[in-house]
Amino acid sequence: MTGFVALMLRDMRLAVRVGGGALMGALFFLIVVVMVPFAVGPDLNLLARIGPAILWLGALLASLLALDRLFATDYEDGSLDLLMMAPMPLELAVAAKAIAHWLTTGLPLVLIAPLLGLMLNVELNATGALMLTLAAGTPALTFIGLIGAALSVALRRGGLLLAVLVLPLTIPVLIFGVAAAQAAIVGPAPFGPPFTILCALSLASFVLGPYAAAAALRHGLE
Amino acid sequence: MRLIGENLTCERGGREVFRGLSFSLKNGEALLVTGRNGAGKSSLLRMIAGLVRIASGTLAIEGSETEAPIGEQAHYLGHLDALKPALTVAENLQFWAEFLGPASGDVGPALQAVDLAPLADLPAAYLSAGQRRRLSIARLVAVPRAIWLLDEPTSALDAASQARLADLMRRHLTSGGMIVAAAHGAIGLERARELKMGPQ
Repeated sequence: MTGFVALMLRDMRLAVRVGGGALMGALFFLIVVVMVPFAVGPDLNLLARIGPAILWLGALLASLLALDRLFATDYEDGSLDLLMMAPMPLELAVAAKAIAHWLTTGLPLVLIAPLLGLMLNVELNATGALMLTLAAGTPALTFIGLIGAALSVALRRGGLLLAVLVLPLTIPVLIFGVAAAQAAIVGPAPFGPPFTILCALSLASFVLGPYAAAAALRHGLE
Repeated sequence: MRLIGENLTCERGGREVFRGLSFSLKNGEALLVTGRNGAGKSSLLRMIAGLVRIASGTLAIEGSETEAPIGEQAHYLGHLDALKPALTVAENLQFWAEFLGPASGDVGPALQAVDLAPLADLPAAYLSAGQRRRLSIARLVAVPRAIWLLDEPTSALDAASQARLADLMRRHLTSGGMIVAAAHGAIGLERARELKMGPQ
């Protein structure tokens, strides 16, 4: 277990130091959301209606931003070889990296969402529910993206491949995330069912993602 | 404990790198792998480390206390140093010590062994190539593992550091370890057997 914690702490430390990706995701999220009112105009009703969708799209793109470097840096400096020679299964190592990634890029998105909700005229009493959907759904984005990150290292192709591979797989998360947020903000559909499915998507990807990513890494590093 | 490779064949990218390679190594012995560029020295080391698939043949370890795969009982010192520029010298080593082995609290002695103790708090980004090399050698000292797989370990090292590395390798062999090293010249292992690879 010490290896698991050590890897997680190392990745978090790297993310918050100079050149790390932690702030980039949050800043990108901020920029995307701030630009929407300029693009669609100051129609408060329209903004309130599309607000949850914008927030979710922003979160989706922001969490992809740092993902393609998740294994690429370890591959380039030789760390990945050593990760595979550890007493800990590669699946666990991969999961540790993913958790660190979520804590440094996913969690900040959840925390600044209420502020951005204000810009999109999301009612104050609904921001709690909105944060809850983001908190429940962004882990799924990270763990699905994990597979893409591993594949892009295994196939020696960078950035764009990741987006092409991962974005289609995140559509269910987007659908149920936005549905749950809409239900909380404007109704009339109940909040429970889409939110539960969102949680299920996160849990399933939490289990399957590390296995798929580790398999991709093992296969690719020949 | 014995490390035995029989009839090993390696294929990379659809091309056969070597075929029918056999060797055996027991406690306290070193094997110096030599051969021209592209003969498969690095591939052999990566194969022992479990990082390259064995196309045919067997690779086994006998008389080991654990059932762990060879890769988990071996250190691999490749061409890349596996260091993070944003972390300090001590942080880099501390991480690998905790991740690779049973957690050893203090990495001070290992840094001392490669003469990097005064630079412990310097970010690894500011190290020279030789210092980076020494820091990755410190990993071998910090985490005890029986087999050392060294791929041209003396590259970028100055004379004093080479002597220090030779001393570390001798100590590892006397304490019952094994070393498989790929090199083009002498690396300070006087009694190592030589394994010539490629067309003779």
